[in-house]
Amino acid sequence: MSDFTVRRKDAGDISVLNIEGYLDAHTAPAFEDSIKQLVEENRNRIVVNFDKLSYISSAGLGVFMGFIEDIRAKNGDIKMSNMSEKVYKIFDLLGFPNLYEIVSDETEAIKKFKETK
Amino acid sequence: MSAKANKFSMVTPCDSRYLELIRDFVAKIAKITGFDEEHVNKIQLSVDEACTNVVKHAYKGIDPKDIRVDVTFDQEKITVTVTDRGKGFNPDKSKLKDMDTYFNKFRRGGLGIHLIKILMDEVSYSIDPCRKNSVKMIKYLCKMESPEKKKEQQILMEESYARHK
Repeated sequence: MSDFTVRRKDAGDISVLNIEGYLDAHTAPAFEDSIKQLVEENRNRIVVNFDKLSYISSAGLGVFMGFIEDIRAKNGDIKMSNMSEKVYKIFDLLGFPNLYEIVSDETEAIKKFKETK
Repeated sequence: MSAKANKFSMVTPCDSRYLELIRDFVAKIAKITGFDEEHVNKIQLSVDEACTNVVKHAYKGIDPKDIRVDVTFDQEKITVTVTDRGKGFNPDKSKLKDMDTYFNKFRRGGLGIHLIKILMDEVSYSIDPCRKNSVKMIKYLCKMESPEKKKEQQILMEESYARHK
């Protein structure tokens, strides 16, 4: 059974989700719940830190697609950071870097949000 | 060239909790076949996508629910076949997607077959609803690290983006 955990930390109006393990069709609902919770709290400036994510399938990619329109409509965004080469390749293969901002580390992602405040 | 094939099979209940087990099973055989880590990852993800489609779509109201994964390899290639006994699907609807349109509509899901086609060298389907529906995926060792395959993949991606521009 796939292991997956999400740890959340809030700093001002920015929330960081640290995701760890394997993000597939089995674990995607847990990740979806985490983002849904943020949206319900009207926290729409979200950084997802992939540092400890070992694997992602299209079910994981689909979670981002499910929320981005709504979040951007509220002047928010989902920015991504700390992706391993293995995980980045999957995003790149499908053209996700054209739609999402993917940066090297969490600090940079937070900085980009602060620049657009 | 005649090649001695090695055959392995796994049958699991149709439940997403077994995806990791299936991925590990196929990855280990892909390593034995001789694929490097990058290509093992591609094969593993393709099988995950095929099995995820079975879990999500194949068995609405149909029992028993299971997924069969058959793997064969020889000196030339690995062949992975994912089979279910569900309602089947129309392979003609599984064309490569135009990703611009996909993103513009903020769609989610539906990328499984698209990914498999990009990641594997050959993909074919055999549909016999409620009896035997199969997705057969082949990866060739000789195409590993091949600049031609990489170029082919790049062209496929560029075509996908450019189609509606």
